[in-house]
Amino acid sequence: MVKRLIQKGYIGLVIVFLYAPILVLMVLSFNGSKYRSKWGGFTFKWYRELLENEKILNALWTTLLLALFSALLATVLGTLAAVAMNRMKKLPKAIMMSITNIPILNSEIVIGISMMLLYFAISFSLGFTSVLLALTAAHMPYVILNVLPKLRQTSRSTYEAALDLGASPISAFFKIVLPDIFPGVLSGFMLAFTLALDDFVITHFTKDAKVSTLSTVIYAETRRGIEPEIYALSTIMFTAVLVLLIVVNRMKAGAAKKLAEQQK
Amino acid sequence: MAQENKLITLENITKKYDGQVVLDDLNLYIRENEFLTLLGPSGCGKTTTLRIIGGFETPDVGRVIFDGQDITNLPPNKRQLNTVFQKYALFTHMTIAENIAFGLKIKKKSKQYIQDKIDYALKLVNLDGYGKRMPDSLSGGQQQRIAIARAIVNEPKVLLLDEPLGALDLKLRQDMQYELIRLKNELGITFVYVTHDQEEALTMSDTIMVMNQGYIQQIGTPEMIYNEPKNAFVADFIGESNIIGATMIQDRLVEILGAKFACVDEGFGNNQPVDVVIRPEDVDLVEPEQGTIQGVVTSLIFKGVHYEMEVEANGFTWLVHSTDLSPVGKQVGIKVDPFDIQIMNKPESEDEEAVGINE
Repeated sequence: MVKRLIQKGYIGLVIVFLYAPILVLMVLSFNGSKYRSKWGGFTFKWYRELLENEKILNALWTTLLLALFSALLATVLGTLAAVAMNRMKKLPKAIMMSITNIPILNSEIVIGISMMLLYFAISFSLGFTSVLLALTAAHMPYVILNVLPKLRQTSRSTYEAALDLGASPISAFFKIVLPDIFPGVLSGFMLAFTLALDDFVITHFTKDAKVSTLSTVIYAETRRGIEPEIYALSTIMFTAVLVLLIVVNRMKAGAAKKLAEQQK
Repeated sequence: MAQENKLITLENITKKYDGQVVLDDLNLYIRENEFLTLLGPSGCGKTTTLRIIGGFETPDVGRVIFDGQDITNLPPNKRQLNTVFQKYALFTHMTIAENIAFGLKIKKKSKQYIQDKIDYALKLVNLDGYGKRMPDSLSGGQQQRIAIARAIVNEPKVLLLDEPLGALDLKLRQDMQYELIRLKNELGITFVYVTHDQEEALTMSDTIMVMNQGYIQQIGTPEMIYNEPKNAFVADFIGESNIIGATMIQDRLVEILGAKFACVDEGFGNNQPVDVVIRPEDVDLVEPEQGTIQGVVTSLIFKGVHYEMEVEANGFTWLVHSTDLSPVGKQVGIKVDPFDIQIMNKPESEDEEAVGINE
């Protein structure tokens, strides 16, 4: 009895520490007063102002474009890499796996700075493209790690059966292999998308002054004192990521359930 | 047979994986309309042979000739043959009808043609009306029949089957054997069948090719393979047998375990060491004084159709199958009819030697 109470209390504390700050932020985004310490009544004012703030809307648009295209690129390249790695022999495969894991374990600031140095070294001008490529490279390993297990599950013989029935290797891949690994490809894409959506460090180092994303705008704003609009924006971003996360998890749970039913 | 129509010829096929020889200078031809079975233990090279015919592997050395054309380097999607895979390999995200239509759609056949073919194929494999179901909702045996239907709608000249019944239970396997024979007769095409199950091979094949360690051990009709195994490996692999080292005294007389037996084989020379194969059902147990050699029954097991007994005689444990029971401890005589004794040369080459020959 007491033990259970302590267990529950502990979990409660953890959740409070994790989410209380976000809750405070959300509450403040509806605060009529400009001051954090004072409650000025419930309002949507900051959300309205946010929608009229061109700088932020531009940044939102850039962020979405960057996230979408870098995720698409990372998904295509990552899936191709995974297909190749799946066919490799043991040793080259192990080497490639390590190479894949390094960017994931590496700290973002190192990736960001080294990308920036690389761009300088090859005199590649910084801008939208440089950020796009940097995000793609940084997030491709996540796609590979999501697709590879799916490829391992699919049997090679369905691919061979498609060839046997007259399909070319490319059409066999699109008609047979891709539908099989699609859940992995999709979750890889979602992951790359959300990671790019809230990336700050890599973007910060690889962009020029003309490119601004939500996170870089917020960072710049906070140095001048935080406007309540930022609370509203942060609330929207948190909710968007939360919804995405729930969707992805639902899909994964659904796929796992289906798999369990098949194995029965 | 006047002019044998060779549909597929494999010439001097050698295949290595990571330096290990899987097939060594293999030569083989397959006639039109033949049911050829590649039989052997796992790792003998039978599946590799099938995959080379199917185009999934390329031989390191040698050529594959199909209908007079060299197809050694032709990819599988360009070959006029279809494969039934061991684990069915159905496309699980497609319905049964879509699975069957897959090859026909690639060949851009008309809708009506495809529909007719689907109906025909489903009827042929006794799964009428299953077109809208998903592969997952079918049993293993049904899935295998769909895999066969999917292959044959393309009207291949040759159907390759890679242990297609391996995953099914015994009863279903036996039913499917009859089904396959029926299909083969109705379609009138060539079947190349890979299995490690000797009973399957004996039941269905026109020709059996016994393989071991990348070498062909014997090619022949099921009767030839069973009754006249060429070496101890074949004899041991096909059914149970007593394989005994013996000496050929002269034509039609062999000395086995110190006793002289009449046989029907000739041309092995005089006083030559040989191996003899005697099938357990061909060993007759008689009264001691009537037997060529005498022994004592040491074990008795009831097997359903027959009793399985072991008889110790002249230092060898004879395996005997008989519907007549001889109790453990009984003194018996052993008699073998001359035509039931199969004489084989002692293994000469290393590849024959390499197989575990039971004493």
